[in-house]
Amino acid sequence: MDNSGQLFPKLPLAEWIEAFVDFLTTYFSALFDTVSTVIEFVTENFVLLMELAPPIVLIILIALLAWWAVNWKLGLFALIGLGLINNLGYWPELVETISLVVISVLISMIIGIPIGIWMSQKGSVQAIITPILDFMQTMPAFVYLIPAVVFFSLGMVPGVVATIIFSMPPTVRLTNLGIRQVDQELIEASNAFGSSTGQRLTKVQIPLAMSTIMAGINQTIMLSLSMVVIASMVGAPGLGTVVYRAVTQVAIGPGFEGGLSLVILAMLLDRITQGANKN
Amino acid sequence: MSTIKVDKLTKIFGRRPKQAVKYLEENKSKDEILELTGMTVGVNQASFEVQDGEVFVIMGLSGSGKSTLVRMLNRLIEPTSGDVWLGDENITEMNKEQLRDMRRKKMSMVFQNFALLPHKTIQKNAEYGLEIQGIDKEERAKKASEALELVGLGGYMDKYPSELSGGMQQRVGLARALANDPEILLMDEAFSALDPLIRKDMQDELMDLQQSVHKTIIFITHDLNEALRIGDRIALMKDGSIVQVGTAEEILMEPANDYVERFVEDVDLAKVLTAGHVMKRAESISVDRGANVALRLMKDSGVSTIYVVDKKKKLLGYVTADEAAKAAKEDKGLSEVLISDIPTVQTDTLLADAFEPMADDKAPLSVVDEDGRLVGIVVRGSVIGALAGNDDVLNGNGGVGING
Repeated sequence: MDNSGQLFPKLPLAEWIEAFVDFLTTYFSALFDTVSTVIEFVTENFVLLMELAPPIVLIILIALLAWWAVNWKLGLFALIGLGLINNLGYWPELVETISLVVISVLISMIIGIPIGIWMSQKGSVQAIITPILDFMQTMPAFVYLIPAVVFFSLGMVPGVVATIIFSMPPTVRLTNLGIRQVDQELIEASNAFGSSTGQRLTKVQIPLAMSTIMAGINQTIMLSLSMVVIASMVGAPGLGTVVYRAVTQVAIGPGFEGGLSLVILAMLLDRITQGANKN
Repeated sequence: MSTIKVDKLTKIFGRRPKQAVKYLEENKSKDEILELTGMTVGVNQASFEVQDGEVFVIMGLSGSGKSTLVRMLNRLIEPTSGDVWLGDENITEMNKEQLRDMRRKKMSMVFQNFALLPHKTIQKNAEYGLEIQGIDKEERAKKASEALELVGLGGYMDKYPSELSGGMQQRVGLARALANDPEILLMDEAFSALDPLIRKDMQDELMDLQQSVHKTIIFITHDLNEALRIGDRIALMKDGSIVQVGTAEEILMEPANDYVERFVEDVDLAKVLTAGHVMKRAESISVDRGANVALRLMKDSGVSTIYVVDKKKKLLGYVTADEAAKAAKEDKGLSEVLISDIPTVQTDTLLADAFEPMADDKAPLSVVDEDGRLVGIVVRGSVIGALAGNDDVLNGNGGVGING
């Protein structure tokens, strides 16, 4: 590269990042191995658990859940939709995708909700975290797939990690927003009666922010589903693999089947979580 | 028990408040300081004392700093300078823990828009302060129900705030504050969000309640009539400063400056002044005395009516000079000639409510206490004088002080 015409030489940003990743892989490999082992253990067992029951039993259970959480129409939709996916022969992939989404969303919640709460309590924390969230959401996913592979090799784990990075921000943002939106007079009342910070949070702010926090979790679920295909590129198994393979082989039919299965799953998860929020 | 003493309490909104405080001490005005420093004076060196069991009203228009002032008392807003004494404790110097403890046990607050927790039942809302203190379930349920009974909401415990009208919601707010059994109640525009009729009911109920609970109440309002109705004393605020502190009569009859005078000029005095304010000493005679004695007394004091009481000073009626003369001639007792069917009022009866009984009878209106004992009379001249704004006719405290 010729930088002779420039006033300043090009910054070696790429080299710095690589040195940083090298540094992490050298000195934190034990940490990454542990994280990797834990995520792998949890997802594998989750998949095994779901495969214990025959598809038809699970389909009926999910349909009943949809009925209970929303209405009988959604229950019927679940029955027909999941039946179709099973009929097309994608049941094992569906189970793997559900595992990927569920594990990613759970981890996003475990990390994201406390961070959101922390942000809501301190303006300085909010000022630091907000740009990081912007970064996580707008940096193209392919970019952090590379270090994910370096740290966690191929398979479900880098897929889960990439999914978390991309889908966690809404949970953090909406937890923060929900808590900040609680009526100022209620905060004053809570303080005026001598609440500690923890009491104010658990008795007033979090309960009143709950529906906003749930909306954030719903968004996280939707975003994690949209990451399924990208995660398959680093070897995360599931419906994403079906679509990715179809893309590389220009196989229109199977591609559509895989895509349709994802849409059915997305609609079900969306309606069920929204319904649960309303109850 | 403690009284509150507020000493030069100041709040500056801005980045370098110390500078503004210095300007305030140099007697610069709010506008000058805004121009010089860009900082806003919220409250300017407010000083006052509130006695135990007193209803102290802080009154001012919006932007006068009254809400800021009340929030500095429990430090929902941190004062820039000055002190708040609660008994011998300085609230402004309390650490977090002491402050929390003070808020939990000594000072409760009632809010303009009720500030009830929408996700909790009325019962749980009333329990909030006790829950925060970690009081066990049974006891706090008991105390909260007692407080709810006290405000007349015994039957609504399982409802949610949204199911109640505004007036009822504010009763819950009051019950929540009372459940803690605090020494002091801070009420920030507590009735301002209610419509006028409900507001008046709530004022009456608060005063009834105060008879039984005897709290020290600091009540914020922008409504002069509300201030005059419920305040034992009133502090009037303008631009962050307290311009006058005094009883309703003092504010009405001796306004400290033009601002106060303009503020109070439209007030209907008949709805503020009571029979106690304008009554005079009554000439009275025991019923077992003779008619001649009654005549003699009337002649001596230059009146044409004398009030007849029993041994316990209980009012029986009055006797006019003509009747007494007739009785003396016919050798009758006072009890045979006295007119007993007469209207009476009490010392706290508003003049507005005394007009009708006064019109019913030619004789001066008699003022009695709760046991029916005669404490004074109201003559028409004093009433007219008082309504004309002549404070010579007033008794100092509106109570039982009598100037003959």
